[in-house]
Amino acid sequence: MTVYALVDCNNFYVSCERLFQPALCGVPVVVLSNNDGCIVARSAEAKALGIAMGTPLFKVRELLRRHRVRVFSSNYALYGDISARVMATLEQLAPRVEIYSIDEAFLDISAICAGDAVAVGRRIAATVYRHVGVPVSVGIAPTKTLAKLANNAAKRQPDSGGVVDLRDAAARLRLLEITDVGEVWGVGRRTAEKLRGRGIVSAAQLARLDRATARRYPVTLARTVRELNGVECIAMDDAPAPQRQMVCSRSFARRIDEREALRQAVCEFASRIAARLRRQQQCAGALQVFIRTSAFGDSDRCYANAATAALDTPGNDSRVIMGLATRLFEQLWRGGYAYAKAGVIASDLVAQQRVQPGLFDAVDTPPRSAALMHAIDTINDGGRGRVWFGSQRPERDWFMRRANVSAAYTTRWDSLPLVK
Amino acid sequence: MRVEKIAGGGEFATLELPLFTEAVAAGFPSPAGDYREAGLDLNELCVANPAATYFVRAQGDSMRDVGIFPGDVLVVDRSLQVRHGDVVIVALNGELAVKTLELRPQVRLVAQNSAYAPIVVPEEAQLEIFGVVTNVIHTLRRA
Repeated sequence: MTVYALVDCNNFYVSCERLFQPALCGVPVVVLSNNDGCIVARSAEAKALGIAMGTPLFKVRELLRRHRVRVFSSNYALYGDISARVMATLEQLAPRVEIYSIDEAFLDISAICAGDAVAVGRRIAATVYRHVGVPVSVGIAPTKTLAKLANNAAKRQPDSGGVVDLRDAAARLRLLEITDVGEVWGVGRRTAEKLRGRGIVSAAQLARLDRATARRYPVTLARTVRELNGVECIAMDDAPAPQRQMVCSRSFARRIDEREALRQAVCEFASRIAARLRRQQQCAGALQVFIRTSAFGDSDRCYANAATAALDTPGNDSRVIMGLATRLFEQLWRGGYAYAKAGVIASDLVAQQRVQPGLFDAVDTPPRSAALMHAIDTINDGGRGRVWFGSQRPERDWFMRRANVSAAYTTRWDSLPLVK
Repeated sequence: MRVEKIAGGGEFATLELPLFTEAVAAGFPSPAGDYREAGLDLNELCVANPAATYFVRAQGDSMRDVGIFPGDVLVVDRSLQVRHGDVVIVALNGELAVKTLELRPQVRLVAQNSAYAPIVVPEEAQLEIFGVVTNVIHTLRRA
């Protein structure tokens, strides 16, 4: 039987902020989304104030002020670096690690937990805290779906010491009885509503769902039911699935109503996608551009549209990607709207070395194109300045509002934490 | 002081040359060709566990006598078990500070500069040690 451990960092973004600012420990802290729009991470003290996940900032500004909540903009450079440290540490502790998101990973601990799995979980949590400095919770179970539930329980029950083991069937049943069906991993919001409509409210009731009834729901639900009963259906991915698409998009701090300004923003996103593709030695087979006005409906004139096209040959040349993005943008543009967000999505990604040249491609272009792109990337990654194409609009302050962002403590020499 | 060059280090402008991609037309291939080694990497010397190593920058002169000066970069390893006499980074009054940790006869945080008094840590106090300082990078010739 496989033994899974789901390791999840507690209030990850908040924990990263606290690492170099001990004064933030014990006080309420929240972290905002891109563009400072919504609350995406809360310390335990902030949760206790009743601040919900995803709350728009403007709705709780007064509450935050009254309780002196410390508010931070997202510092992705910091979170990305700390995340990589957590994952590297987990890889030293368990033979198989599947990175599931920026702050959680599934570990296969079957080979190392002979006897006392809780002790192994405690050792994992203690080691991650000691080495990296962020607290984690560990959920242990025979299936990934149960490991997720065990982890939620570990976070919620202070007496668990941050580790919950659900391998015992009786312990499992007790937890399932008190768990809402919507909390189960893999049960979407709409499915949860449908289930509740039929009187299936708890995870325990879902676990008892018979096969015939399960067929009336999305096909994955039958799998979830089996997983809740301890039957492993979702196996460990040795290597994480290769990324199938790549997104670069931003909300604008100020609305954009000028064609040229929006076109330049789209070109900037396209050029970033191209650079990211080259870094990962991948090529895009298709490209989508989208532009939209505010989703919050603060203006009466709404417009949202997207256009997609395939590349003749999968590629990652900035000029090709930006040229196609521009053509797609020209199809989408409508004047008279205040645009709040735009983005570029590259899909049908293939490894660079597996791209077949098209029949009509000039055979001598790829090496020169690669040399030009390599030169651009070298300059841009060198940190001494940047080159860009004339159609691109380099990042300016209007791109993102990040009023309270902490320093890039771990990724820039001029931002190191100071010690007295 | 006599200075002897032991090895090249640091960054070099790279010039990529194909090495033995085709048969050598004349002469003998260098017998040393197979033994070319990679250059030395300072990380090997200073960073034992990269995931647990952080860099911080020193302010002030409270640790002058152990050779830590303002502006120096300190290499901090969180994974090490703290020992009596270690130079550590510690949370002090909500800020990070660098001090020598004494465990005997009582727990004290000691500055290495007679102008600063040692801080006695009461037994019931929770001492939050960030990590152990393993190396100091002191630049002699500032740009």
